[in-house]
Amino acid sequence: MASCVVTTSSFCTVSDSSIRLKSSKLVHLQRRRSLGSRGGLKVEAYYGLKTPPYPLDALEPYMSQRTLEVHWGKHHRGYVDNLNKQLGKDDKLYGYTMEELIKATYNNGNPLPEFNNAAQVYNHDFFWESMQPGGGDMPQKGVLEQIEKDFGSFTNFREKFTNAALTQFGSGWVWLVLKREERRLEVVKTSNAINPLVWDDIVCERVSLIFSCYKVMFPLDHMYFCCCCLQPIISLDVWEHSYYIDYKNERGKYINTFLNHLVSWNAAMSRMARAEAFVNLGEPNIPIA
Amino acid sequence: MAIRSVLSTRTLSGLKETSSKLLGFRGIQTFTLPDLPYDYSALEPAISGEIMQIHHQKHHQTYVTNYNNALEQLDQAVNKGDASTVVKLHSAIKFNGGGHVNHSIFWKNLAPVNQGGGEPPKGALGGAIDTHFGSLEGLVKKMSAEGAALQGSGWVWLGLDKELKKLVVDTTANQDPLVTKGASLVPLVGIDVWEHAYYLQYKNVRPDYLKNVWKVINWKYASEVYESECK
Repeated sequence: MASCVVTTSSFCTVSDSSIRLKSSKLVHLQRRRSLGSRGGLKVEAYYGLKTPPYPLDALEPYMSQRTLEVHWGKHHRGYVDNLNKQLGKDDKLYGYTMEELIKATYNNGNPLPEFNNAAQVYNHDFFWESMQPGGGDMPQKGVLEQIEKDFGSFTNFREKFTNAALTQFGSGWVWLVLKREERRLEVVKTSNAINPLVWDDIVCERVSLIFSCYKVMFPLDHMYFCCCCLQPIISLDVWEHSYYIDYKNERGKYINTFLNHLVSWNAAMSRMARAEAFVNLGEPNIPIA
Repeated sequence: MAIRSVLSTRTLSGLKETSSKLLGFRGIQTFTLPDLPYDYSALEPAISGEIMQIHHQKHHQTYVTNYNNALEQLDQAVNKGDASTVVKLHSAIKFNGGGHVNHSIFWKNLAPVNQGGGEPPKGALGGAIDTHFGSLEGLVKKMSAEGAALQGSGWVWLGLDKELKKLVVDTTANQDPLVTKGASLVPLVGIDVWEHAYYLQYKNVRPDYLKNVWKVINWKYASEVYESECK
């Protein structure tokens, strides 16, 4: 998802002035830090504002262009800009991918000031890609099978997801996640900027053997990072700014519309395929499209 | 059960106060949405009429409705001795009850300009503000900064610490009342920084909302509360 890409043009900053570019997707750019500081060479890490994989009016009438303009163009952009400002202050947080940055700044529950911005950049990227024009309806084959296996029925899953979204008091997010170890899907809700990635470390610390849960551990100083034991599959933003322009206080209507017309089961399928490829050592059990 | 609740709502329908005194018999007191002492559009241009109407008739009403429902369920669970349900209901009660308490204070914290909204506090409260924060401007700056920095949803408060006899500025998350930050804290002025309080007018620019809301803050009410608590 948020892959680290080093470009050859070293001072290429992400240009997002044309928000209607359908074909060019702007990826996160990050320059790796050069060893030591050589004669005042200033190295900075930048994150770019990724455009949604559809034009801003593509989700009408379910999510208006106006909402996308403000939600993506102001809120999401603001998180990116503020994150870059914070990262420009010193070089302590250089060299991370976005997911690593989130876990590092979460700091085991005592978040650093950068956490809020980093997590929200990730959360919004994930959210835009969890939707598509002509979305909604039912998932197919492998995804549907897994949902029916873990929730009993698709209706049951809808109920659980809707209930979680309605009972997330205050601002937050609702997620469909794949629990790698247990190999099951679950609905979870998080508040404010928190996302399921930050819950990995608690699980990972309990695992002493590398092979017992097929995770790869990267030692970084004294910290160990797992790669996503809780793999997000779909997310829904339930901060008020996400639905207020279109639905005012009617969060229930927004949730229903998301499930009926916006959620991208295609995205869910590819995310599950990637997640399941990790779970099964041996032949990956990729759901056939 | 039905008779009890009919009786309790009838005897209480005239009351606008939110006292939590139980009646003589085992019944629950339900709550009603308090009326605003001004028109929805009276706070313009600081806060639009559209926001005021939705904020009052939808958001606050929903807190009241859900609070009453939660209390009803709590009563049943208590009667049945169902401890786990009692505990499970706590978050709904805290959230919706807190929402009702906070918003009831908020409507009194606001006043149209022609009813004294925005007029600086005089008397004891004015003096206390100058003592603790240097000046009213200093207090406004501090509260606006803390309100803008609050992540997610919540409130920013000017409170009186009854025990320490000093003014404090604090924030609470979601619908937590100020008393959750300290049992001796009395709210004087609360500003709602949930997005629903400003989004339709100010969109993502919360600092602009915080700059303008001071023009309709009812310092007379805050002074009354301060003086009555200081006795």
